[in-house]
Amino acid sequence: MNYFPDEVLEHVFDFLTSHRDRNAVSLVCKSWFKVEKWSRHRVFVGNCYAISPERLIARFPRVRALTLKGKPHFADFNLVPHDWGGFVYPWIEAMAKSNIGLEELRLKRMVVSNEGLELLARSFVNFKSLVLISCEGFTTDGLAAVAANCRFLRELDLQENEVEDRKGQWLSCFPDSCTSLVSLNFACLKGEVNLTALERLVARCPNLKSLRLNRAVPLDALQRILMLAPQLEDLGTGSYVHDPDTETYNKLISTFQKCRSIRSMSGFLEVSPLCLPAIYPICSNLTSLNLSYAPGIHGDELIKLIHHCRKLQRLWILDCIGDKGLGVVASTCKELQELRVFPSDPFGVGNAAVTEKGLVAISFGCPKLHSLLYFCQQVTNAALITVAKNCPNFTRFRLCILDATKADPVTMQPLDEGFGAIVQSCKDLRRLSLSGLLTDRVFLYIGMYAEQLEMLSIAFAGDSDKGMLYVLNGCKKLRKLEIRDSPFGNEALLTDVGKYETMRSLWMSSCEVTLGGCKVLAEKMPRINVEIINEYDQMEFGFDDRQKVDKMFLYRTLVGPRKDAPHFVWTL
Amino acid sequence: MQDFKFDTMPSNTADQSPDSGTTAMSLKDTELTLGLPGGAQVVIVGGKSCSKRGYTDTVDFRSRCCSGESSAKAEQVDWPGNEISGPGNAPDSKAQVVGWPPVRSGRKKALKSCKYVKVAVDGAPYLRKVDLEVHRSYQQLLMALETMFDCFTIRRNDLEESKIMNPVNGAEYVPTYEDKDGDWMLVGDVPWNMFVESCKRVRLMKSSEAIGLAPRTPSCTSTT
Repeated sequence: MNYFPDEVLEHVFDFLTSHRDRNAVSLVCKSWFKVEKWSRHRVFVGNCYAISPERLIARFPRVRALTLKGKPHFADFNLVPHDWGGFVYPWIEAMAKSNIGLEELRLKRMVVSNEGLELLARSFVNFKSLVLISCEGFTTDGLAAVAANCRFLRELDLQENEVEDRKGQWLSCFPDSCTSLVSLNFACLKGEVNLTALERLVARCPNLKSLRLNRAVPLDALQRILMLAPQLEDLGTGSYVHDPDTETYNKLISTFQKCRSIRSMSGFLEVSPLCLPAIYPICSNLTSLNLSYAPGIHGDELIKLIHHCRKLQRLWILDCIGDKGLGVVASTCKELQELRVFPSDPFGVGNAAVTEKGLVAISFGCPKLHSLLYFCQQVTNAALITVAKNCPNFTRFRLCILDATKADPVTMQPLDEGFGAIVQSCKDLRRLSLSGLLTDRVFLYIGMYAEQLEMLSIAFAGDSDKGMLYVLNGCKKLRKLEIRDSPFGNEALLTDVGKYETMRSLWMSSCEVTLGGCKVLAEKMPRINVEIINEYDQMEFGFDDRQKVDKMFLYRTLVGPRKDAPHFVWTL
Repeated sequence: MQDFKFDTMPSNTADQSPDSGTTAMSLKDTELTLGLPGGAQVVIVGGKSCSKRGYTDTVDFRSRCCSGESSAKAEQVDWPGNEISGPGNAPDSKAQVVGWPPVRSGRKKALKSCKYVKVAVDGAPYLRKVDLEVHRSYQQLLMALETMFDCFTIRRNDLEESKIMNPVNGAEYVPTYEDKDGDWMLVGDVPWNMFVESCKRVRLMKSSEAIGLAPRTPSCTSTT
């Protein structure tokens, strides 16, 4: 059924930006498959072990922008051993060998080496954008290679990576001819930077829109940089520490007044609260504010700041804002769509400064809220029911009660009804994280109502296999399920093994699943890799099948067991 | 105001899967292994309990659920390590569940003040300070110490064990540290993050003095 020349089809397909739409299109017929294949430039691989680099290149030979994700999500919380895997080098190597015209690479939770970065920088002439999120394994030497060799680099965005600082001069490695930078984010780097090189770089990049500095950039340097880049739209300050009674600070005040384009701010890694008023003029234009790395700003100062931020759509903040402060957010930020409240004391569990009261206030004041991450002391069913009623538009709802099995403090009941209300009310809910005292009942509700749910995180919840089965049976669009410390065992795991081919991955740690159960699953499902991760004890064959498995990670794959698994990972 | 009424789920929901009939038979072998719902989460691996996992040292979250407990104690957070907790609790310094609360380590580090600890070397005239937060593994820490005290090197033998030794006098050193409880421990036993959290100071002890590795060896306390 091909009435159009390929070029026309290709042009039509250009309007499809979503990966799913393009995937669907390629299934229509052979000629559409062909046209789509040769015109696909942007590829998303949610699990780097689901496919091999070679097969990817064969499937999409004209790939220019690649997104790769590696380690399971729980790796963020130290549940996955350091050397589990997720190496990007084979991908870079394969693309280099096949002369892929790679321009953009976006990696999440992957191991990136300096060799990889050097190979990347040398192999892809038109390389434009490198975004690394929660990655590790490289040093500033690797960054230097990218800076020095990627002549048309537009974006270097390092988010929350573990980077070893070699006290080199990586910033100085950007040649004078590099004028194309649009986005530069090195906030996660811990070491010193050459301030002169930084200022000169900013000066020669007129298209720079996003700049996020690290802690080593002092306030006076910030002021000079802002003078050079008044066109900035997104700013991450470095060290925001200064004596407010100085010339420098006064200069900063007037400089900020010239920065009419800033819509997004972050940083304040160290802060002198008395210097905060300098940003008040900018606050009225801000749509995004991230103060979650700024423990130096106390509740009262936060509240004063928030009063100026009437246009906020995204707010990331520490819980020292308190319930009262969240009340101020509720009455000020009517456009709020995304809120994240992080614990300011992530080690001492008992001391979150916000409760359900703050959340309820937000739900009354911010009807557009659709994305929430909320660490708190406690939550009641009544509060969750109210929130569900006020905010039916949640797409992401992640609630973390610091005491993971805490019941409703008023009724002493589990929080099943509260979360049940959320899933029943929020028909577009795609991501959900649970906490608090929860029985199988909450999973019954999730299975019944969470029709659009794609990702579910469970910890210390449920009573029996029924709980997990409700979810697997009910949530037809489930893609990622991660469970820790919950009493789900082999019956839950094995009742519907076909389900796992419809999902990206399943993580279960400290549950009731046994080695025997995992073996049964692995045997039935050859296109699923069932990995047993056993960090502390060496695996031996002839292991007792009745032994409970500490950590299991299974995922669908087209390429069988991976060859780079370390000794403590056993693929059944 | 909408009432949230939930129909009771038909009791055979879990059996609706077409596979359930056949899998029930093959599960017979594994039947014995299903733990009690809501039971203790201690996992026995290889015949011994795996004591290195943080959470097995803690009071099990799940067995402490508040069903029916009086609300008087519910004022304080029901966390292992609080004084209100009943008998059998691990001391609070050890009572940390790995990976909870789910906050990225980068974020945790940013919120913590940097962790400088004193480093003493037997025989050296003065102490140094090292920031544990800057390093990410024991290997990195040992390398940093090597740079700091250039009177010795880190020798690696075939077994990949690192031994600290002074090439001048041939003396070997054992890295030890004082933890939150005041015990002197051998460096390297616990996961790195746990070590950073609990380490108060470091001492490179001459091997000849490190007879037995029991905590609170009398000779250790003399340098505190």
